[in-house]
Parts: sequence; structure tokens; C-alpha cells
Amino acid sequence: MSNTKILIGAILLLFMMACGGEKKKPEATTSPNSESSKPAESQTYDPKRGEGKFSAENVILDATLNAGMASEGDKIQGVKCASCHKLSDERLVGPGWKGVTQRQPAHWIMNFITNPDPMIDKDPELQAQLEICLVRMPNQSLSDTDARNILEFMRKNDGVK
Amino acid sequence: MKTKLLIILAVFGTLVLTHSACKPKNAGTSVKGSSDVKSFVAPGQYDDFYNFVSGGFSGQMSVYGLPSGRLFRVIPVFSVDPEKGWGYSEETKPMLNTSHGFVPWDDLHHPELSQTNGEIDGKWIFGNANNTPRIARIDLKTFRTSEIIELPNSGGNHSSPFGTENTEYVVAGTRFSIPPDYSNGDVPISSYKDNFKGHISFVSVDKSSGAMDIAFQIKTPGINFDLARCGRAKSHGWFFFSCYNTEQANTLLEVNASQKDKDFIMAVNWKKAEEYLKAGKGVKQKVRYAHNVYDEKTHTATSTIKNEVIVLDAAELKDICYMIPCPKSPHGCDVDPTGEYIVGSGKLAAVLPVFSFDKIQTAITNKAYDGDYGGIPVIKYEEALYGEVKKPGLGPLHTEFDGNGFAYTSFFVSSEVVKWNVKDLAVVDRVPTFYSVGHLCVPGGNTRKPYPKYMIAYNKITKDRYLPTGPELTQSAQLFDITGEKMQMILDFPTIGEPHYAQAAPADLIRNNGQYKIYKIEENAHPYAAKGEKESKVVRDGNKVHVYMTAVRSHFSPDNIEGIRMGDEVYFHITNLEQDWDVPHGFSIKGTDNAELLIMPGETSTLKWKPDRVGVFPMYCTDFCSALHQEMQGYVRVSPAGSKVPLTFGTGASAPGTNQVQ
Repeated sequence: MSNTKILIGAILLLFMMACGGEKKKPEATTSPNSESSKPAESQTYDPKRGEGKFSAENVILDATLNAGMASEGDKIQGVKCASCHKLSDERLVGPGWKGVTQRQPAHWIMNFITNPDPMIDKDPELQAQLEICLVRMPNQSLSDTDARNILEFMRKNDGVK
Repeated sequence: MKTKLLIILAVFGTLVLTHSACKPKNAGTSVKGSSDVKSFVAPGQYDDFYNFVSGGFSGQMSVYGLPSGRLFRVIPVFSVDPEKGWGYSEETKPMLNTSHGFVPWDDLHHPELSQTNGEIDGKWIFGNANNTPRIARIDLKTFRTSEIIELPNSGGNHSSPFGTENTEYVVAGTRFSIPPDYSNGDVPISSYKDNFKGHISFVSVDKSSGAMDIAFQIKTPGINFDLARCGRAKSHGWFFFSCYNTEQANTLLEVNASQKDKDFIMAVNWKKAEEYLKAGKGVKQKVRYAHNVYDEKTHTATSTIKNEVIVLDAAELKDICYMIPCPKSPHGCDVDPTGEYIVGSGKLAAVLPVFSFDKIQTAITNKAYDGDYGGIPVIKYEEALYGEVKKPGLGPLHTEFDGNGFAYTSFFVSSEVVKWNVKDLAVVDRVPTFYSVGHLCVPGGNTRKPYPKYMIAYNKITKDRYLPTGPELTQSAQLFDITGEKMQMILDFPTIGEPHYAQAAPADLIRNNGQYKIYKIEENAHPYAAKGEKESKVVRDGNKVHVYMTAVRSHFSPDNIEGIRMGDEVYFHITNLEQDWDVPHGFSIKGTDNAELLIMPGETSTLKWKPDRVGVFPMYCTDFCSALHQEMQGYVRVSPAGSKVPLTFGTGASAPGTNQVQ
């Protein structure tokens, strides 16, 4: 009796496979969305580093402030950041900037502001932040230099002299 | 035994089940199922081709994907589009300016992709305004109309905007002959033969910027010009225009312009015309036309009225124009990829004549003429003719080519597309269309390099093809696979407005052309841009109030404004501070007699508003931008004229009155 069940089961499985197999896969046209077919990287995500081109090795900070870079960073943040972030610790749309350079490593900040979308998807702290702010930080098309200058301005804002 | 029986029953039952369950799919696949697969593009996948389809009386141009038939975008061109603020924002109003003033509507018939060396180059697409004669250039980096030039001495710009092999020119042949703008137009209509003239404009296109200019016009006897094609390869330097109403009727053309057995295809040696122009043989004529240009850095259009055009007279300058007799009231006038064969589609004719460029050249050398028409030599029909396609169908309209030696001609009256061999002129296949096909399109089918995968028929009538929607039904296109010997219909898809001509290009050619994703905020040179919230402000200048406002997910700055008075003209200059792809913000305010703004990332747009009553007016973001989109709103307080309420504004802590309340 149990043999019969297995057989019937096997036949049914065959039937299902047969029908599934009938469906011709549509001919692939162009395959533009290669990003979407990438395997998930969440297992390899390092929350201390973030995701992007910056790391502890390639972001070198001086002990003292580079005033020129900080002033460039100030100009950029006025155009691209200030409508959502205050310089105090008060939240506007996103969190205030006070103390950010003490909370996060420099390369994490630079990765986040140049590559926000993938990081919001993977970073536990950013996901917690999203639950509070409910607005995903937009990609503001910052160049690498922009990001470094903004970081320097954040350091100034946090009291680096 | 029992078990065995059960097994047999189970096997048998399953086979029956399998058979019946799968059968409909099998049947579908074998009968027409393969057509489903051919037009199927899976969710998230891209199409193979962009299809740019004229919107006809909508005045716009639509962009579809092939083979799916999915609609991606309607590009506003000659008609206002409140959805996109086109013709409503202060920046775009000048685009629709003409010598007649602001014109909110037109009728776009023919898209024309720019070419380099006779191949589609993916830079621009041109469109014609059929009613108030104009040509528009759409930039394919932005999919926006970036230039519109009006055409003087023209009426009904139908024979347009067909281009040359390197887009040296796009042409504009007048459908209606009219008394020229530079003559006294107050003449009896019945004096057509004496006072009405045709003009063909050659509009030059700058190779790098695309900037258009009317290089010269050619004056012809009063007739109607219908369609046109450039010569290519060996016939580069020539242009061919179909002409009808050579009877020169001015009333009941249906009958009176269908008298003669043959009208003409007019061959124009435009290289010769250039020589005459250089030699100073043109006559400067006083006219008025608008030239409108959209500046990508200031996000603003300007309209300039120009006053002069150079006219070459085809009757006096003998070797520019030649008439080739063509049966009967020709519509399409199409040149094959080699440049040798010119197909005339006489819409009332029983044959399809194919002319030979080489024979035309020999006939001109030997002066094999049959007299002249209004001073233009008429080449003998047989001396220009390569051969005729016999009994092709009824009402031939338009022909495109596949580059493999075959031509595809649409037949309006017999509702079919006919495939024929260009060399031996034999019909090899015909398919019905549903119904009354006008133009058709093979991607690149008007160039040296067609992409012969699909052919699309654009139909005038749909009748029973779709779910009915009252008296007014959708227009439609039908997609055919032409990779085999026989054409195979694989898709119906509805279109906007009325589709006339359309063109298509390989997807990669267009999507890798350097398209913009955003406007860089650093490069925004709009005089009223607010680059960052700290630049947002409200400035009064007499009764004009300029609001420098920013938009970012999810607030405006300022979002509270007081001190507006009755009689004020308020200009909301909104700068979208976003720098990410696909994050437009919208804007409108209660009671505005205007439209909305739709502002792309990094762009500044202006909405003019004249408050009509005292009160508090809500304004909000009209394009769902974030989870807090519904919070993206603000108020404007309007006080009576002469009110002492001071002009104040702000957002959050800086909003008027906030500090007093706290």
C-alpha cells in the first residue's frame, strides 16, 4: 500500500513537472537589470565598514582639522544636506549631525553618504533609524571629494580644531 | 492485485489529467502561442527597441517599447500638457510662441530620428506641426522638446520633418499652397493659379548642438506637397517630394484634385540649391516667424521673432527641381537603403511605380523632358521608371525597407501590408491589418541600415479590436515579426491620439546615448534658483512677489508665507534639491487657473499665481515622493489690497509667528 502511494506521488510529481516544463521560457531580450540578479550580499555585509569604496585603509584623517576642506564641505552641505539635517543633535527629517563622527567611523560615513540605498537595505543601525525617520536618505550624487569634504565639515562641527 | 489495479488506474488517470490539463497550453502554443512569446517581455526586462510614435491630433509624441507595446512616456511637443506643466510653467510658455502668439495645440504627424552617415545616431528626434507650421527638435538625452522653429510661407506643414543622411537639413514642404507671407495675402481664393505658391524649407541642423535655422526656401508653383524622403548613398544630395493637386484646385479637392492620371514626385538637387545660395541667387524676403529655444542650464525657454528668409525660385533657377510624373495623388515617396529606388505610392493608383535614380540622372543629362510644369522640367515617365509593382493592393500609402531587398507597403483601402521584392517587383506576401493602415515602420526602415526584426502598422480604425469605450475608440498599432519569409502578426497595442508615422531604434542606441538621470544642482543657472534651503526666500518687487522655494523629501522651504496682497502676481520658483534619479516633486496651489509643476531633480520651475480672494491657500507636493509625502504641504495667507500684514515666511522654527507662540 505504501508502495502504491509512493508511485502515485511520483506520477503526480511527473505530471506537475511535465506541465511546468511545457511553459517555454520567454526568449531573453536584453538583460539590463544585472544588479537585481546579483546574489544578496547581506551575509558579507560589515556593519563597521558599511558598503562602498571607502575603508579604514583609504580614508586617512589628520589629528587636526583641514580648514579648507571643511569650508568646501560646508558649502556642499548647504545645498545638498541642510534641508534635512541640523548641525545640532536635533532631528529634522534625518538625525542631527552633532557627534556623528564619534558614533561612526569616517569611512562608514563616507560610504553611507555616497551609497545610501544598498546600506539602508543592509545596515542594522540604518534600518533602526529608518523606522524613526521613515524617509530613506536620498542619493545626492556626491563625488568622492564632496564626501571627504563633508566629512571634514562634520569633524569641525564635532569640535576638531 | 488490488494494488496493481490501483496503480494502473492511477497511471491512466494521471495521463488523462495530464493531457487535459496541459492541452490548452499546447494548443495555444502551436496555433498562436508562439506569437505570445515573441511579444512577451518579462516584468523587469527591457524591450529591444524604442518606438517613437506620432500623437497626431494630440500634438505630442509617445514612446513605446517593442516588442511589448508598453507605453513609457508621452513627450509634450506642440500641445500644452498640464500634467507636466508644459506650456503652463513660465519657463515653457515661450516654447509654444508663434508669429500668431501663444498657440496651445497642434497636430504632429511625422517623427524623424537624426542620422549620421545614413544611420540612426540616437541624438535627436524631430516632429512636425501640421496646423501652424513648425518643426520641433526633441533631445533624446532628456526626452524633452528643446527647440521649435516656425515656418513662414507655409500652410499645413505635412511634408516634414524628413531629414538628410547626416541631418544636414530637415525639410518642410507646405501642404497648402498659399499667397506667400511676403506678398499681399488679400486676394480672391479663386486666383489660386496666379497668387498661390508652394514653399519648401530647408532647415539646417547644427551637427553638435542641433540648433535649427531656415537655411533657404524653394518657391514652386501652387500645388500640395505630401511626404518626402532624402536621397541616400549614391543619391545623397537629392530630396524627393510627393506632390498632389497639380490640377491647382482651390475647392472640393476630393474631386477636383483627382482629375489627372498622374501627379508628380519632385526631385530636388539640394547641393545645387546650396551653390545658388552661395552665389547669391536667393532673394531675401520679409516674413515673420518664431524661433524658440530651451536652455538646459537655465531650464528656461526664450522665443525670438525673426524677420527674413532667403527664397530660391525653382522656375528661374532651372536645375534645382525636376518633376517626375507619378500616378495618382501620391502620398508616400520612399527611397530604398541603396538610394537607387524611389517608390511612389499613388493613393488612387492601381500600380506602384518604382523610379530609378540612375535613370533620372540620365534623363536629366539627355533632357528627356515632356515640357515643363510652371517652369520646372517634367521628366518623361518611362525615362525615370524602373518598373511597376502590378496589382499590389488598393490605396498604397507608404513604404519602408528591410535592407534585405524587400519593401513593405501599406494599403489603406484594402487594409493590408504587402511585402514585395525591390529587384523583380514581385509580391511575396500580404497580411491583413485591423483596420485601414496608414503609415508603417521598420526600425531604421528609412535609412541605409534597417533593423529588420519587426514591422509595425499604424491603423486609422480599430472598430471591434478592443473593449468598446463609447463612440470614441482607441487608435492602434499592430506589430509583425518579419524575420521569416512570411510576416506574422504578434501584437496589437493601443496608441495615444492618432498615430501617423513612427520610427524605431535599437534600445541600446538610445539608452546608452548619455541620457540624463538628474540635472546637476551645481550647474543650475536659473536666475531664481534656490540652491539649498538657506537661499530660500520671498522677495517683493512692486506687485510682483518672487518665492524662491526649495523642495526636498518631504517639505518645502518656505512652507508658510504671509503678507501676500490682492492684486499681487506671485511667482513660485521651485527648486528640487534632490540629486537622485526618479525623484521629481510636484507643486500646485488651491484655485490656481494654471496647472501643476513637475520638477525634476536639480531643476527649477516657476508657477505664476494671481490670488482671486482673501484667505489662506493650501499648497502641496503633487508627486508622491516619500512616506511623508502627505505631509509635504504649506499655506499662503492672502490679505486685502493695501493690507499692513508684513511679508514673512519660513519653515518649522522660522515659520511666521512660530516664535511668538512658543
